[in-house]
Amino acid sequence: MINLAERRAASGPVIQMAGVNKWYGEFHVLKNINLEVRSGERVVVCGPSGSGKSTMIRCINRLEEHQKGRIVVDGIELIADLKQIDAVRREIGMVFQHFNLFPHMTVLENLTLAPMWVRNTPRKEAEDAAMAYLERVKIPEQAHKFPGQLSGGQQQRVAIARSLCMKPKIMLFDEPTSALDPEMIKEVLDVMIELAQGGMTMICVTHEMGFARTVADSMVFMDGGEIVEKAPPTEFFKNPKSERTKLFLSQILH
Amino acid sequence: MAPVSSVVAGSAPRPPADSIGVLGWLRTRLFSSVLNSILTILCIGLLVWIVPPLIDWMILDAVWSAAPPEVCRAAEGACWALLHEKARLILFGRYPYVEQWRPLLAMTVLIVAIALSCNRNFWRPWLAGVWAGTLALFGLLMWGGVLGMTYVENTLWGGLPLTMILSVFGMVGSFPLAVALALGRRSRMPIIHALSVGYIELIRGVPLISVLFMASFMFPLFLPSGVKVDELLRAQVAIILFTAAYLAEVIRGGLQSIPRGQDESAKSLGLNYWQTTTMIVLPQALRAVIPPIVNTFISLFKDTSLVAIVSLFDLLGSLRLALADPLWRNYFIEGYVFVALIYFFFCFFMSKYSQYLESQLQTGHRP
Ligand SMILES: Nc1ncnc2c1ncn2[C@@H]1O[C@H](COP(=O)(O)OP(=O)(O)OP(=O)(O)O)[C@@H](O)[C@H]1O
Ligand SMILES: [Mg+2]
Repeated sequence: MINLAERRAASGPVIQMAGVNKWYGEFHVLKNINLEVRSGERVVVCGPSGSGKSTMIRCINRLEEHQKGRIVVDGIELIADLKQIDAVRREIGMVFQHFNLFPHMTVLENLTLAPMWVRNTPRKEAEDAAMAYLERVKIPEQAHKFPGQLSGGQQQRVAIARSLCMKPKIMLFDEPTSALDPEMIKEVLDVMIELAQGGMTMICVTHEMGFARTVADSMVFMDGGEIVEKAPPTEFFKNPKSERTKLFLSQILH
Repeated sequence: MAPVSSVVAGSAPRPPADSIGVLGWLRTRLFSSVLNSILTILCIGLLVWIVPPLIDWMILDAVWSAAPPEVCRAAEGACWALLHEKARLILFGRYPYVEQWRPLLAMTVLIVAIALSCNRNFWRPWLAGVWAGTLALFGLLMWGGVLGMTYVENTLWGGLPLTMILSVFGMVGSFPLAVALALGRRSRMPIIHALSVGYIELIRGVPLISVLFMASFMFPLFLPSGVKVDELLRAQVAIILFTAAYLAEVIRGGLQSIPRGQDESAKSLGLNYWQTTTMIVLPQALRAVIPPIVNTFISLFKDTSLVAIVSLFDLLGSLRLALADPLWRNYFIEGYVFVALIYFFFCFFMSKYSQYLESQLQTGHRP
């Protein structure tokens, strides 16, 4: 019998960024990014505003194009081939700061759209799966409402469920709670914690340090377009190596 | 101790009497300030001045029955006798008189199809079949030449059926072209982008009259001799091409109003360009621009009367035919009022329907 852990180790990292550079015009937004994420690893990315966190994770599903270096996701290198990009995107779920639900469709339609059209899942099956995920994010009763009728926290949970319906191997989160009122942050974080404990490979841009401590396998600190530091959370919070990290942590941890 | 609130148990507090009901409405809408009161009184004065004479002319003093023009000359009011004499000419143009049941029936079929299409529950694939059947039937009835119906050349078509068919085809034909142009203008592919921009700017830069004129008189010069393209078809194509340019800009406005996040989240779910465009972006974009789309369609409906310059007689053109009769030409006001009412009826319907559609497609509100 093949040992699962061995097979994973043998297949190497699911995400591999090597020497990735990106410019917006003259502005060097990503500087020589090297990052490897193993299957099942939970990475939390933090850093000051404008440091390139969003840009970096958006390169992973090619919402942004990098200009130099290599990005390999699940064995597929991200190059200009549209077919390859679609293939990669199918395996990566993404959750945005502003939810980006489709306002003209009901919650259920939001959830079944991609499985039906991208994975060719029959409607009935897609709907059953969607309801199961809505149970998991604890809002099955909202299935037939429109996104505009839900609270921010509920919308974000729908957005997470929508990504999960595609059964992704990797989930990317870009500040999923920073557009939410404080009382709604917890309900979204709870869903994310449960997801992390279920073994999902996750990259999460967030400043929720409590969440980071609970679930992260490694912390990544970015500043000025560079990865300044990558370390397990215990080390990262207790004795950060770089001065910039220290300064940042002192600011957000008060 | 004095009670804190004056509310008696069992009766909820009510807003002050003069802020609700008819009185409240009068006060807040018509007499809320001195200026507002003056304007209200001026408007009432204006109505008193205009409306009674209008009613006298249109209704009380008007000649309603079929009567020779001499009777009208003696009367003070409107000469609706004109319509008894000329309504069929106005409505159906030069279409052979005894065959005019055919355009009437064709028009009815068209109106039924339009009415069906207005119901959102019927927006199903079979509706396309209904339309194919409708247009086939329309053509069959208008042209004839089979089933014992005499053949009627389409240069003889006229009046309301012509206006309607030019408009319906104009809308149905220009819409997909406009969507394609709007998407093309946003395309990152340089050739497609340039073609779309070029087309839109070129067509918007010239008046419809000249497009019609070119379609009618210049276009044939480019065709090999002997090839003849139907006059009506040329006018129809010109109208479609012209409207599409305007409509494309309207739709582009809608596309631009959709936040980029919609496109991004669709892509990140693995939907490809066409799926994202047809299922996510376009439905929202089109909904956002229903009012200006209908605006364009209303313009189109009225602009069809410009086909008169290529000697097609739409509703307005056939009115001119009717008024060419020296016996009746003095009653042109009545004729124009009649035609104006028909135009108004259709345009008002479109406007109301657009409001209805907007409210139907509204999904953003919390209950
Ligand atoms: N489309 C763009 N064109 C030009 N510059 C851009 C563009 N998008 C982002 N930038 C710039 O790139 C830098 C990094 O942006 P990015 O959104 O990745 O930062 P971030 O770390 O996610 O910040 P935040 O915490 O505010 O979300 C910023 O300085 C931003 O101004
Ligand atoms: Mg960001």
